[in-house]
Amino acid sequence: MTTMTIAKAINEGLRATLAANPKSLLMGEDIGPLGGVYRVTDGLIGEFGPDRVVDTPLAESGIIGTAIGLALRGYSPVCEIQFDGFVFPGFNQITTQLAKIHSRSSGNLSVPVVIRIPYGGGIGSIEHHSESPEALFAHTAGLRIITPSNPHDAYWMIQQAVECKDPVIIFEPKRRYWLKGDVDVQAPGPSADPFKAHVLREGTDATVVAYGPLVPVALAAANAAEEDGRSLEVIDLRSISPIDFDTVTASVLKTGRLIVAHEAPTFGGVGGEIAARISERAFHSLEAPVIRVGGFHMPYPVAKVEEDYLPDIDRILEALDRALSY
Amino acid sequence: MGTHLPSTEFDGTAVDDQREADAEAVLGEPAAPMVQLLGPDGKLGADPVFSRYADKLTPEALRGLYADMAAIRRFDVEATALQRQGQLALWVPLTGQEAAQIGSGRASQPQDYIFPTYREHGVALTRNVDLAELLRQFRGVSNGGWNPKDTNFHLYTLVLAAQTLHAVGYAMGIQRDQKLAAATDGAGKEPDAAVIAYFGDGASSEGDVHESMVFASSYNAPVVFFCQNNHWAISVPTNVQTRVPLSNRAKGYGFPGIRVDGNDVIAVHAVTEWALEHARQGKGPVLIEAFTYRVGAHTTADDPTKYRQSAEEDAWRAKDPLARLEKYLRAEGLAADDFFAKVRADGDELASYVRRTAHDLQDPDIRQAFANVYAEAHPLVAEELAWFEEYSAGFAGEDESAGQAAKAGH
Repeated sequence: MTTMTIAKAINEGLRATLAANPKSLLMGEDIGPLGGVYRVTDGLIGEFGPDRVVDTPLAESGIIGTAIGLALRGYSPVCEIQFDGFVFPGFNQITTQLAKIHSRSSGNLSVPVVIRIPYGGGIGSIEHHSESPEALFAHTAGLRIITPSNPHDAYWMIQQAVECKDPVIIFEPKRRYWLKGDVDVQAPGPSADPFKAHVLREGTDATVVAYGPLVPVALAAANAAEEDGRSLEVIDLRSISPIDFDTVTASVLKTGRLIVAHEAPTFGGVGGEIAARISERAFHSLEAPVIRVGGFHMPYPVAKVEEDYLPDIDRILEALDRALSY
Repeated sequence: MGTHLPSTEFDGTAVDDQREADAEAVLGEPAAPMVQLLGPDGKLGADPVFSRYADKLTPEALRGLYADMAAIRRFDVEATALQRQGQLALWVPLTGQEAAQIGSGRASQPQDYIFPTYREHGVALTRNVDLAELLRQFRGVSNGGWNPKDTNFHLYTLVLAAQTLHAVGYAMGIQRDQKLAAATDGAGKEPDAAVIAYFGDGASSEGDVHESMVFASSYNAPVVFFCQNNHWAISVPTNVQTRVPLSNRAKGYGFPGIRVDGNDVIAVHAVTEWALEHARQGKGPVLIEAFTYRVGAHTTADDPTKYRQSAEEDAWRAKDPLARLEKYLRAEGLAADDFFAKVRADGDELASYVRRTAHDLQDPDIRQAFANVYAEAHPLVAEELAWFEEYSAGFAGEDESAGQAAKAGH
């Protein structure tokens, strides 16, 4: 076991990938000598050179589009999008090309491109630097979407994403880049499958599903609820596409109540999808409607009011109160 | 590129003349000259750079270029008919652009990789794609239709210019392959390869073209951008896309741009061969603008009489790529009536094959669509497929009982 931050864990995961797979390479803006704006690729260009750690022109569609071409030639590109709000110039390439090439080639072609996107708010930043656009990608068949909440998952998920034959988007919780935790670099253990949810804490009164940056918030809410004599089960979803509904369903069959928390706006979001599916799978076990905790239907607000926007412990506890009131 | 290119007497349309006059006014310099070797009169001219490449074309190769152009034109007629008869949902005709496509496609080597738009049926022919398979997409039985690994001819891309970036990325992969091979003392070294990215004058306005040229230039990628300027983006003329000759844009990216008479198959072949060599030798990208004309509609859903004069079409028909090569072959004694009769007969045979095969294309099963969403197992897809199977099973026997009811006279 080694203790490191999420940012360092991704860095080490990328280093392991580059060392093991000569066809893997990193592409992105400022990922070379600077090491990325979050220093996630720090030091890698020195070790692997500019053909493997590629500082690209400042063009997101160009990054994704050329990565697709490299993948068609047999390479495994890992693209860094600098910030969540800047992925949209590449949205066309991701949704109309990357997601569909395997399907439209009748399975003859695969494009195992990995796209890393730092996402979410809580860092007091300016416009376009705090968004959570995961639902826009989850709606697109052909993509896989995962998001680590801790350094151990971060270390393994990036490597698992590169090994996956499908395109994978990794949403990295940027406000947790400096969160420290134990990483077992020898074996993934329970994290062997990046598309499975983890029950982080068992409970009996309600289930809270969270992912990425809100996992620590959900765990803190469970601690606070415990002081009030309420037992919360906390699930780290880990994978947004596919979603591990079996794990969520099993939990809800036990607790009878479900709260889904994410930073993204609730309308049209991942929480709504979970609510709908769980309503079908566990209708007779539900003691209350599935309650979503998330962002409001507004552009991500200015930093000075983001505390009022972002789900926090109290917002989850308020949702719990509502769930228990039925 | 430091070489002088010939001026030309090419009689462009009024639109082109105006556009180039505008460009001259803006740039304070003459519009880009155009490489032309075989004029509409069937006379072969000379060019200080490209005649060397044209000279390599044997009589057999020249006859082959003609036969290819005739074959793809006949195919185009047949596919248009199939659409009119309801056998295809849509057809994208190429008539008028045969020289641009056959000339460039025949200049490529097997190890090169081609990224087409959705109109490169002529290039597909040169890459040995089964033309009946090409119809799958237009018949609605596939979104692709062939395996690009068999021919190094990528699937058609319908989102304009998206493939130009794929082409550059692929070329970046070729560069890395060469370095990996060099690092292992040449083990696994393959012949030097280049990539061709096709796009049109309309797509030249897409941001992806700009980004692809920036990336290609930055990394000196072995890619040839082949722009078929067919003068119309559905109903919008080229002067809405650009004030300057499209080939001039290459200057801004720092690599050679060449305008070639796209109805002159010999010049297109020569220029493309030069550009591919340039790319394969590690000298970087080239932009070729093939100055041609879409004689027919954008697609079978289009009506050119609504946006352009028939006189313009007539002017371009006078520059027909097949007619001028036929004149040349006959005048030089390289081909006579028997050759052209055989080409016609071969075209009819191809048309017959395509018609027969298109009719016989099997409708796919939606289970194939389920199977190909992801390369690895996916629980949601599996769940929805299982639901579909159960739902479908509920209808089992229904067709049969309906048939029996019909027989019983109900």
